[in-house]
Amino acid sequence: MKKITLKMWKKIDGIIQRYKEKSGALIPVLEECQDVCGYLPMEVQERISRGLNIPGSTIYGVVTFYSFFTMVPKGRHTIKVCLGTACYVRGGKANLESIQDEFGVETGGTTGDLRFSLDSVRCIGACGMAPAMVVDDDTYAQVSKQNIMKTLNGYK
Amino acid sequence: MDSKDNIIINGSEFSFRPGETILQVAERNGIDIPTLCYLKGSMPTGACRICMVEVKGARNLLPSCATPVVRNMVVETESERVIKSRRINIELLIASGHHNCLTCEANGDCRLQELAYRYQVETIRFPESPAIYPTETSNALIIRDFSRCILCGRCVQACNEVQVNNAISYGYRGSASKIVAVGDLPLDESDCVFCGECVQACPVGALIERPSRYKGRPWEVKKVQTTCPYCGVGCQIDLHVKDNEVIRVTGTEDATPNLASTCIKGRFGYDFINHSERLTSPLIKKNGKFKEVPWDEALSFVADRLGDIKSKHGPDSIGVFCSAKITNEENYLAQKFARAAIGTNNVDHCARLCHASTVAGLAAAFGSGAMTNPIGDIEKSELILVTGSNMTEAHPVISSYIKRAVEFGNAKLIVIDPRRIPLTKFAILWLRQNLGTDVAWANGMMHVIIKEDLYDKGYVEDRTEGFEELKKTVAKYSPEYVSKITGIPADDLIKAARMYANVHPASIFFAMGITQHRTGTDNVKSMANLSMLCGNVGIPGGGVNPLRGQNNVQGACDLGALPNVFTGYQPVNDPVLREKMATAWNVESLPESPGLTLTEMVNKAGSSIKALYIIGENPLVSDPDLNHAEKAFASLDFLVVQDIFLTDTAKIADVVLPSSSFAEKDGTFTNTERKVQRVRKAINSPGLAIGDWEIICGLSARMGYPMTYRNSKAIMEEITRVTPSYGGISYSRLEKKDIHWPCPTAKHPGTPRLHIDKFTRGMGLFHPIDYIAPAELPDKEYPLYLTTGRVLYHFHTGTMSMRSDGLNDIVPECFVEISSEDAQDYNVDDGDLLRVSSRRGEITAKAKISDQAIKGTIFIPFHFAKAAANKLTNAALDPIAKIPEYKVCAVRIEKLWVHGEDR
Repeated sequence: MKKITLKMWKKIDGIIQRYKEKSGALIPVLEECQDVCGYLPMEVQERISRGLNIPGSTIYGVVTFYSFFTMVPKGRHTIKVCLGTACYVRGGKANLESIQDEFGVETGGTTGDLRFSLDSVRCIGACGMAPAMVVDDDTYAQVSKQNIMKTLNGYK
Repeated sequence: MDSKDNIIINGSEFSFRPGETILQVAERNGIDIPTLCYLKGSMPTGACRICMVEVKGARNLLPSCATPVVRNMVVETESERVIKSRRINIELLIASGHHNCLTCEANGDCRLQELAYRYQVETIRFPESPAIYPTETSNALIIRDFSRCILCGRCVQACNEVQVNNAISYGYRGSASKIVAVGDLPLDESDCVFCGECVQACPVGALIERPSRYKGRPWEVKKVQTTCPYCGVGCQIDLHVKDNEVIRVTGTEDATPNLASTCIKGRFGYDFINHSERLTSPLIKKNGKFKEVPWDEALSFVADRLGDIKSKHGPDSIGVFCSAKITNEENYLAQKFARAAIGTNNVDHCARLCHASTVAGLAAAFGSGAMTNPIGDIEKSELILVTGSNMTEAHPVISSYIKRAVEFGNAKLIVIDPRRIPLTKFAILWLRQNLGTDVAWANGMMHVIIKEDLYDKGYVEDRTEGFEELKKTVAKYSPEYVSKITGIPADDLIKAARMYANVHPASIFFAMGITQHRTGTDNVKSMANLSMLCGNVGIPGGGVNPLRGQNNVQGACDLGALPNVFTGYQPVNDPVLREKMATAWNVESLPESPGLTLTEMVNKAGSSIKALYIIGENPLVSDPDLNHAEKAFASLDFLVVQDIFLTDTAKIADVVLPSSSFAEKDGTFTNTERKVQRVRKAINSPGLAIGDWEIICGLSARMGYPMTYRNSKAIMEEITRVTPSYGGISYSRLEKKDIHWPCPTAKHPGTPRLHIDKFTRGMGLFHPIDYIAPAELPDKEYPLYLTTGRVLYHFHTGTMSMRSDGLNDIVPECFVEISSEDAQDYNVDDGDLLRVSSRRGEITAKAKISDQAIKGTIFIPFHFAKAAANKLTNAALDPIAKIPEYKVCAVRIEKLWVHGEDR
């Protein structure tokens, strides 16, 4: 598990302080804290709960409701494999499976070395590029078993 | 009425009030719209879609629970379209999980089952969804079967909006949705306090009481409404009885004060009733061993021995401890027995140890020593000051009123307490005073209020006396000076003072954190001063409100279980009243001078006190400085204990008499808000055990003073004849409505609020009071403060609560609550065994590091005989009320062994 460093705790406390007196603060606080830590483990949720005086059960409910929030640490790079209709029929699923096999990671998971987080998405609106894949902010077209590893090897 | 203000439901016209929903109008008029998720008193969520109705002109069906009525609305609640929609919803709900009624605990009491039957849903066209979450059975009290959960959210509302414990919420999304605790942990590892409100709210079998599982079907049980036997809130509960056994307890719907809420003890702490260790036969100690004897032999033996002692040493060599656990009727007979049959005023009970200072202090200030306002007034308070009351643990159902007022109403909460108690989370301001400095902060607040001219001048002038003296005394209590004594920052004190003075009405709630000091009476008078200064006594939503700790401690006081008064606080040293009582009781005369208090009787045990007759109390765990008390009891010539279990005190008695529990008798309790409530017999007593009143009558007859009553009702009839404040109480009236005393006549409606236009004593009296430090302060040898109190999961000396496996499971043993700073200084980890010693004794218990504790002060609950905190406490007495200083003493701690190592 990715450790929350002292520096991160300080930032988290700063965020909490900034929002402490505001109503409706929970979601922006969670968002900013996730930016700091990359994810929202229980220890961070508990800190927010105490700081904002919001019940831990409520916070957990919000974190698990929105797909944007994650309790699994994110890797340095995020891979999103498109499984929209066009990409799916042109081999998106096989691409996804080859990443899973190569790096030993489930969809929604993160590699042990925190290098990659893997997600599947439903259509990124780039059907002309099918099958498509997005790594961090870069979009790749016509991804195939042959070129996929070469592409990913560029992300350390 | 203008027909425009009406709506039409199913063809009939009905009027409505602005803001009412369709469901509310329908309910008020006896039209049954089925609901699943709707929880009365909470915000409607419209989640279940069962209460959908057809509204003319609306495109879709509308949820009646969440749709406000507008003029001329035309509503159909059972149209073809509505029924079709309900059917499909019921089908979907049934298909959403594994709803197998065969062994479901809810069978016969299930809303979903009822609906399926009502709407004749025979087949389900959808496949059953597989269970994705396993049933949670990790705790002893509540089973969570997620496969039966229909996600109606009633449990979430019960937890967050009714009890405001905020332990559960909706988690995840879509078909994976689940009701979760923090971190999706099992309840026993979460913030859950097991009040069981969620279980009672669950309309299906997803949440069930584990101890009741497989014990009986709803239609096999008899439900008997009675009053909870734990704290003084007076919750109305239903005992579910099958084959002379109480198999389940639920909160009585729509009954005040709890409106179906309970705490963990009320709902799950009933195991003691049918417990195998109940006393079933009278016992006489012969050669150091108890021998079972028949009633006649036991009572004759007690009568002979007491008679001997009386003739040899006089009636005042005998003392009687009445009980805050038994009924009003029984307390009345016990004090009558002491005064008329034995001839002594040595009558007292455990109120001496909890609220004697309240009775003394408030009687001096107002003329009446009880809670001034009803519990329901919390909803009317704009500001609530809670001090010396860890309410969420000691009076949980009242704490819910306060939490609701803060979370969903406009009320502000100020907490003044030496521990970071759970209520501080709801407070706008928490002042942390040093132990035993309450007079100082109260004087400090009054100093600010007077200096800034914020007090209620009209009220002070018209309704009070002694203001000038008060003003003189508080003059020196500047915030800076007070800060030095109390440790409360001057700014915070000023803030609190201004808030208390400016927000109206403001109420004060306190409990033993105020009363159990050698300055207990002073502390209470200070609360009265503060309240009167701002014109808060005698108004709705205001008042000075002591929370009584035992189910019937108010009643025991009311019924004369005190050494200085007859029933209704009629002084024994008033010759006219004495004459009146002597006539009513058919005796020549009654003893003139007030008797000894409980603490004095213990001190004089073996010297002037030769015999004690103790009913339903366990002083060998509850008295202060226990080592001393043990010696005192051992030196008595004769000790009789009348109880439902062989308590630590009963073990050293000469005779033990088995009595009935609350579930086995009729009578009344009087709760903390002075409301007289019925206790109803649900089952028969085990073995030879009989009611306390029957035992007292049997004994009294053998001592030459026969008392004969048909039943408890007959005793109440006698009480009303001799007690002005209970004069209008009768069982038949209590069946119909709540009555708060004083209620002098059969026509009188009772008095929920005291001192409305006039104080009981005429004018409210300010008492100028100077701060006096606690009797013992930390020093080099004993460097830590110790304060004692209760935990949620146990009650008093544990005679009842520790017979419940479920409660023991949660808090099995004593602990020492210590701050993380102190833990670091003493190199203590969670679970390490500590020896705690004071000048009077020592105990050992495990450390519990908690952010409730503040550096320099440790806390130990007093419930546990094996590690009795009262071996440490100081018996320094309040000079007026004779209450001991349980809340402050000096101790030291040593680490004995480290958690996890072999001893």
